[in-house]
Amino acid sequence: MNRSIFRPGSIPWRSALKFLLPVAIIIGWEVLAIILDNQFILPRLESVFAVLINPFSGELTFGSGSLVDNAIISLGRVIAGFLVAAVLAIPLGIGMGRSSIIHELFDSFLQLLRPIPPLAWVPLALAWFKIGLLSMVFIIGMGAFFPILLNTLDGVKGVKKTWIEAAEILGAKERQILSRVILPGAAPTIWTGLRVGFGIAWMCVVAAEMMPGTNSGLGYLIISSYNFGQVPVIIAGMVVIGLIGIGFDYLFKIVEQRSFAWRELER
Amino acid sequence: MTLKIDHLSKRFVKGGQEQVNSLSDISFEVEDSEFICILGPSGCGKTTLLRIIAGLDSPSSGQVLMNGSVIDKPNPKLGMIFQDYSLFPWRTVNGNIAFGLEMQGTKKDRIQATTEKYLSLAGLSGFGNSYPNELSGGMRQRVAVIRALAVEPVVLLMDEPFGALDAQSRNKLQHDLIDIWEKTRKTILFVTHSVDEAVFLADRIVVLSSRPGHISEIVPVQQPRPRDRTSVEFAKIRRHVLELINQNIPVQ
Repeated sequence: MNRSIFRPGSIPWRSALKFLLPVAIIIGWEVLAIILDNQFILPRLESVFAVLINPFSGELTFGSGSLVDNAIISLGRVIAGFLVAAVLAIPLGIGMGRSSIIHELFDSFLQLLRPIPPLAWVPLALAWFKIGLLSMVFIIGMGAFFPILLNTLDGVKGVKKTWIEAAEILGAKERQILSRVILPGAAPTIWTGLRVGFGIAWMCVVAAEMMPGTNSGLGYLIISSYNFGQVPVIIAGMVVIGLIGIGFDYLFKIVEQRSFAWRELER
Repeated sequence: MTLKIDHLSKRFVKGGQEQVNSLSDISFEVEDSEFICILGPSGCGKTTLLRIIAGLDSPSSGQVLMNGSVIDKPNPKLGMIFQDYSLFPWRTVNGNIAFGLEMQGTKKDRIQATTEKYLSLAGLSGFGNSYPNELSGGMRQRVAVIRALAVEPVVLLMDEPFGALDAQSRNKLQHDLIDIWEKTRKTILFVTHSVDEAVFLADRIVVLSSRPGHISEIVPVQQPRPRDRTSVEFAKIRRHVLELINQNIPVQ
């Protein structure tokens, strides 16, 4: 009986498994840092922690602003770019999903733009919008736009024909079909698009903040710390980026489970 | 109420020019509060016929007239129940029943009263806040029936509504449907491929034969309800209908 606890597949063993690699990496890191003894290549864990446990301090980052300040600035930019992308992509996706004319009109153009990575827009963004919030919003928006659009399109196309017909027979007008059938029917897939889009937007902001002339945000913090030779701050910044990314993904997932449980049950 | 199916034909264009006749010259009239079963083998176009009557599909020629006016688009006077559960999974049972009334802008308290009335009619009191996916197939189909009834249609069109259910639930729902029909006196057009189901339910059975679907005979069933499936009369009508269907199956 006791032996079963240690058998692969039993719960305690399995839940320990996912901590195995992080713990090994942390130990390996510390050992390697001691052996190398070069804080510009691999700083000791303690020095990274020292930055992380003082997230409100501007001193440890040598005047580049505290972790929290920069994180808030980055988040603000992401939310702005993400909202712009969502406001454009969701109606367009619904239109393309519902009307073959709109689909024909936009499809080839969008297919052409889609493979272009958001960061390839950096030079044009700088030329058009100069350095500042607008060009960052543009790049972030570019990143978030396509996942939201494609998922919205998928969601609208996935709305069952009998739902629409049943609604028509129950007396729904075209507008009511849109708001009471298409939108709620496609909502879980649209939400997935928003989740993926937010993740990409978050990656884009960090890259956008590395553009020349930027003087705030987590991306800026990392680049400026590199210039000051502050590797612990670079790593601390990366950890914060990762944690915020996980945190938002988790929030999106919670809403998904609460609001769209019906899709899980759908056969 | 009069419902007149007037020389309906439906052709599909398949590939380039090849035309497939799906329905050919279907005519019959339905009386008020009548229970009609449309019976036929698969591929005889019985679902297409029902969809045309509902205004969801358009005929190639002929027309459907209700009280003299042509039905060419969905109309709340003609309720429909689909074979696959067309319930909105994101709405509760109450929300599903309320849907049609919400579309008409009915006041909240009236909606609630109507919802409760129909829930108890279908024996589903207490399930109002459940989601469709939490219910059995039979219960879902009951919800679909009362959702259609809630907007007070004159005619109820049912497309093999019990086709996906096990024999036991099917039997129960047939009894319950007769019960609901006797209480509400709706006119019902019920599509099925089960001879047994048609003989059990219908006042008249419109027997279709296939390729192209045309009426081979309209069989009246005058047995009093509730009908006994084991009775001699039941068996006699059943045999007659079966013969009609069998003689139309082409020898391969």
